[in-house]
Amino acid sequence: MRVEQTPLPGIGVRKDIVTASGRRIGTVTQRDGETELIVSRADDPDACLASIPLTADEASTLGNLLGAHQVVAQLTEEHRDLPGVNTRQFLIDIDSPYDGRKLGDTKMRTRTSVSLVAVLRKGQVQASPTPDFTLAAGDLLVAVGTSEGLDAAAEILRGG
Amino acid sequence: MGNHSALVLIELGAVFFGLGILGRLAGRIGLSPIPLYLVGGLFFGQGGFVELGGLEEFSAIASEIGVILLLLLLGLEYTAGELVTGLRQSWMAGILDILLNFLPGVVIALILGWGAVGALVLGGVTYISSSGIIAKVLTDLGRLGNRETPVVLSLLVFEDLAMAVYLPILTAVLAGVSFAGGLQAVGISLVVVTIVLVIALKFGNAVSAVVDSKDREVFLLTLLGAALLVAGVASAMQVSAAVGAFLLGIAISGATATNATRLLEPLRDLFAAVFFVVFGLNTDPSTIPPVLGYALLLAVITSVTKVATGWWAAKQQGVGKLGRARAGAALIARGEFSIVIAGLAVASGAVTDELAALATAYVLLMAILGPVAARLAEPVMGFLTRKTPQTV
Repeated sequence: MRVEQTPLPGIGVRKDIVTASGRRIGTVTQRDGETELIVSRADDPDACLASIPLTADEASTLGNLLGAHQVVAQLTEEHRDLPGVNTRQFLIDIDSPYDGRKLGDTKMRTRTSVSLVAVLRKGQVQASPTPDFTLAAGDLLVAVGTSEGLDAAAEILRGG
Repeated sequence: MGNHSALVLIELGAVFFGLGILGRLAGRIGLSPIPLYLVGGLFFGQGGFVELGGLEEFSAIASEIGVILLLLLLGLEYTAGELVTGLRQSWMAGILDILLNFLPGVVIALILGWGAVGALVLGGVTYISSSGIIAKVLTDLGRLGNRETPVVLSLLVFEDLAMAVYLPILTAVLAGVSFAGGLQAVGISLVVVTIVLVIALKFGNAVSAVVDSKDREVFLLTLLGAALLVAGVASAMQVSAAVGAFLLGIAISGATATNATRLLEPLRDLFAAVFFVVFGLNTDPSTIPPVLGYALLLAVITSVTKVATGWWAAKQQGVGKLGRARAGAALIARGEFSIVIAGLAVASGAVTDELAALATAYVLLMAILGPVAARLAEPVMGFLTRKTPQTV
C-alpha cells in the first residue's frame, strides 16, 4: 500500500492513500500535533468531504479498530477449517477492572480455555502477549476460542 | 511631563481597546482584522474624525517592531527544507505569479505618473498574497486535506522567499542609492539568503540551541533580542531589517521554532496591529476617494491574474477544474505584506501620499474580497459547469 506524504509548508503534513474505490483517505497532522481524519469527496477527489479533528486517544482507538479488523479477519480465515473455533475482539474499557493490570491476572486461559493471540494498542499490533503484559484502557484484545469460552472471557474482562 | 504621559497612556489605551473591539467584530463576521485596523487608523489619523497627538514616538518604533515580528514569525513558520523543496516544486508557477501580479501594479503606477520607484512599490503591493489570511481561510474551510492546498502553500513559500530578495532591493531604491548600489544590495541579499539557507539546513540545530531555553522569560528575551539585533544589523547593511528577521526565523528550526512561535504570536499580534493602525493614521482619508477607481480596477485585474496563477499551478499538479478554481480564488487575498511594502515606501518619503491611499484602499478591498472569493469559488464553478451543457 502506497502512503503518499505531502508536506504542507507552514502547516504540517498530509498523509493519504487512494482506496480501490477511488476515494482518498488519510490524515492531516498540524505542527502543534493536532490530527484530522480526511475523507475525499466522491464527485471531486481533490476536495475533502470531511476533515474530522481527532484527539490522540480517538486516533489510536480508530487505529485499533481498523487494525483489529484486519487481524480478526486473518485469524478467522485461518481457523475456517476448525469448526467451533472463533475469533473475537475485546476492548479494555476505562472502567474495566484490568486497566493497568497484568494480562496474567485475568487467568483467561485456565478459566475459559481462550487464547489471547494479540493486543492492539495505538494502531500497533503486539502479537502473542505474555502474561506479564500490562493492559491499559483502549487496548483491543484479539482472542481465539469456542464461542462459550469467548462469552465467558467477555464477562471476565468486563466484571473481573 | 506628568500630564503628557497621562494623555499618552489614555490615548494608547483607547487605541488598543478600540482595536480589541474591532478584532472581536472581525472574528464575529469571519473576517481578517487587518482591514478593520486600517479603517481604525484612518478614523483617528490626520484628516480623520479624531486627531491623536503625542503617540508618534511610541507608535513609530512599535510599528517597526511589528514589521520585524511579522517577518520573524513568517520565517519561523517554514523549515529550510520546506523552503528548498517548495522552491524546487513551484518555481515555474512562482515566476508566472510574479509576471502576472507584479505587472498590473507597475502599469497603474506608471499611468498615474509615480515613476519607477512608485512602480516598484505598487508592483510589490499587488504581487504579494497574504499568507496569514490564506492559511486561516484554508483551515476554516476545512481544505487542509485538499489536493490543491499544497500548491497554494508552496506558491506562498515562493512569494515569501521572493520578498527576501525584493525587500532589500526596495530598501536600497527607497534610500536613493545609485543603480550600482542597488545591484550591490541585491548581490549582498542573495548571498546572505543563500548562506542562511545553507546554515539552516546544515546547522539549524546549533542556531536553535543558541536561542533556546527552558525558561520562558530567558527564551523570550534571547529571541526578541536576537531578532532586533539581527534586524538592526541588516538594516545598517541596507538589507532591510524585516529580511534580517525573516532569515533568523528560517535559521531557527524544530521544537525551538514551535515554542518560539507560541511565545511570540501574541506579541506579533499586538505590534502588528499598531503597525496597521499607524499606517492608517498616516493616511489622510480624503486622499482615498480620488484613487478609489484605480484601486477597484487593480482589485479586479489582480483577482483575475491570481486566479489564473492558481489555476495554472494546480493544473500542473493534475488537480481537476474545481480544485484549480479553489486554488486560484484562495490566492486572491492581499494583506499584511502589501501594507509592509507600502509602509516602507511611505516612511522613506520617496513616494507620493496618493500611493499610500491607493495601497490602503486596495488592501481593504482585497483582504475582504479574498476570503469571500475563496468561499464562492465552488458555487460559481458549479454554476458555470452546469450551464455549459445547455449552451453546447
